[in-house]
Amino acid sequence: MTQPVSPPRGSTGGTGGTGEEVPKASGKSGPRVAFARADVRTLSLLGVLAALVLIGGITAPDAFLDTRNLQLVLTQASVIGVVTVGMTFVIVSGGIDLSVGAIVALASVWATTVATQEFGFAGILFTAVAVGVGCGLVNGVLVAYGGMVPFIATLAMLASARGLALQITDGSTQVVTVSSVLDLGERDAYVLGIPPLVLVFAVVTVIGWLVLNRTTFGRRTVAVGGNAEAARLAGIDVRRQRLYLYVLSGLCCGIAAFLLIVLSGSGQNTNGNLYELDAIAAAIIGGTLLTGGRGTIVGSVLGVLIFTTITNIFALNNLQTDVQQIAKGAIIVAAVLVQRRTASTT
Amino acid sequence: MSQFTSRRRMLFGTAAVGAGVVLAGCTSNEPSDEPAANDQPAASDDKPGKEVTIGYAGPQADHGWLNAVNVQAKNRAAKYEDVTFEVTEGSNDTATQIGQIETLINKKVDVLVVLPADGKALTQVGLKAMRAGIPVVNLDRVFNSPQAYRSYVGGDNYGMGLNAGHYIGEKLKDKENARVVELAGLDNLELTRQRTQGFDDALKNYPNIQKVARQAADFTVESGQAKMAQLLQAQSSFDALWNHDDDQGVGALRAIEQAGRDDFLMVGGAGALAAMQAIEADDGVLKATVLYPPTMAASAIDVARALGQGKGISGLAEFEVPSSLTLYSAVVDKENVGQYMSTGFK
Repeated sequence: MTQPVSPPRGSTGGTGGTGEEVPKASGKSGPRVAFARADVRTLSLLGVLAALVLIGGITAPDAFLDTRNLQLVLTQASVIGVVTVGMTFVIVSGGIDLSVGAIVALASVWATTVATQEFGFAGILFTAVAVGVGCGLVNGVLVAYGGMVPFIATLAMLASARGLALQITDGSTQVVTVSSVLDLGERDAYVLGIPPLVLVFAVVTVIGWLVLNRTTFGRRTVAVGGNAEAARLAGIDVRRQRLYLYVLSGLCCGIAAFLLIVLSGSGQNTNGNLYELDAIAAAIIGGTLLTGGRGTIVGSVLGVLIFTTITNIFALNNLQTDVQQIAKGAIIVAAVLVQRRTASTT
Repeated sequence: MSQFTSRRRMLFGTAAVGAGVVLAGCTSNEPSDEPAANDQPAASDDKPGKEVTIGYAGPQADHGWLNAVNVQAKNRAAKYEDVTFEVTEGSNDTATQIGQIETLINKKVDVLVVLPADGKALTQVGLKAMRAGIPVVNLDRVFNSPQAYRSYVGGDNYGMGLNAGHYIGEKLKDKENARVVELAGLDNLELTRQRTQGFDDALKNYPNIQKVARQAADFTVESGQAKMAQLLQAQSSFDALWNHDDDQGVGALRAIEQAGRDDFLMVGGAGALAAMQAIEADDGVLKATVLYPPTMAASAIDVARALGQGKGISGLAEFEVPSSLTLYSAVVDKENVGQYMSTGFK
């Protein structure tokens, strides 16, 4: 019932079938109404994005409307975007992962130590992903089998992972010297004008969308978030599902950490600062319910793009930090209000 | 079925443990050369005197410069046979740091050296120590009241901006309509405003130069990369860049390299080892860095020792230690980088 992701493909047929297999999750409204709302929600997000593009085009026409700027915005969105895809799954299942920023920090410093760098490209990639998955596994076990509230378990991970990252770096910046990793962030590595980081972001988004909307795993995630008890009675192993979801979020953090290493050419324990808030904000703006049971990958990605575009427009217009922060808060409120209004009047 | 599951679990467990072992080997950051001990002559004389116990409370070393400060203090104290060094675990939390300093007061150390996380917030505990008869050496972030310290040792943020501005001004003085860009540090800090003020005041001496853009990063590599990428997009050509901080400069240099730009000169700030090495190699845009010397912590230990032994500072006429020492922010470029290399921090 609660599969609101339809645009941009808009095929309601595939998602319509899910209602039979999972318990009714959050629906007061029938499926059709839900789909219509989701459509409107995504459309209104696209509207907000279009308005931002218009503002950018008017205020900084030369710098904003430029292929290089499009590449720049998408590249800057890639790292937090991948994290947000994982976060969306966790939130849809009714959980929360506050440790994403800390996991990105830990994975990025663990993968850039002198010892890891000796193993080259593969060593860095493997370590980043393995550390991400490992942290996610710990989160998942604590939440699913340790009976801890996600907020607390992942808050504990936030503290520990940041601490471990600090211990590894001793506060210094670990510069990457492996050229095959660095080259991936250079202009020469662009595929048909698309930066490799953006390609990874796109692939993660498509896989995330497919998994959430087209697989049993995705339906189970929604079911657990909608009503965990009903999901359990329907035969879903709720605990195992939760475990997998935190591992998935950790995996996304590991991938994001690798992207960040490529982007910044270094690992630092202050990396990923406040990613948890950015990812949650993007998911919520995108239409994911903080209480679980409903969420869309497309919406989350649009949320990320909206934030990145705002930051880009601010910088191109040379607005200072104080104005940026005030305006960012106002735009978040405006975006949510516009969305809610358009969704409720349909 | 259960057998199958358990075997799968066992396999998974083994793989996880194996990965853990491989990863654990990768946390090492060896070979890490110890930061070179500062071999400059001591402020007071080196001859052993009265035994002095110095208590030291510094911030959490989550940043290259702060780590260097702590290391400088420790190494300097270890140089003196007559100094016993009582060091607390660094903390950025005001309440924690107050507790740590009170512990040092209760232990009745002879002299206190305090680098507060927040100068204003720790004024009271400075007063308390002074009232208890323990002279306080206030390092870098100044207390609200001169009664709270016996002697202040710190860097000159305004002077840092001033010297950066003058260096750039002299380099560009023959260029008509020169354009300058500023990548500032964390805007929430007063020191960032002082640096910017100094920079702007210096540039006023050069009517041919105009500052065309300023963006604030937050001392992290990640933010340096992101903000610099936007600045490069916003300003298709400029002649000089001043970056407040060499740590975020690692990210800024990465963004410059990714954008393929080399049409300007860059001046850094703080004096990181990597920056000095780049200046020495002279193979990129980075031509100079303005010091904010972490050796100030070593000087603070010297001052504390002199206070404890009731001496003045050799080379000065007075019998007492001065109440305030503000250090000079020297500009390090290719000409003099050899002299400063040993003070560069990682």
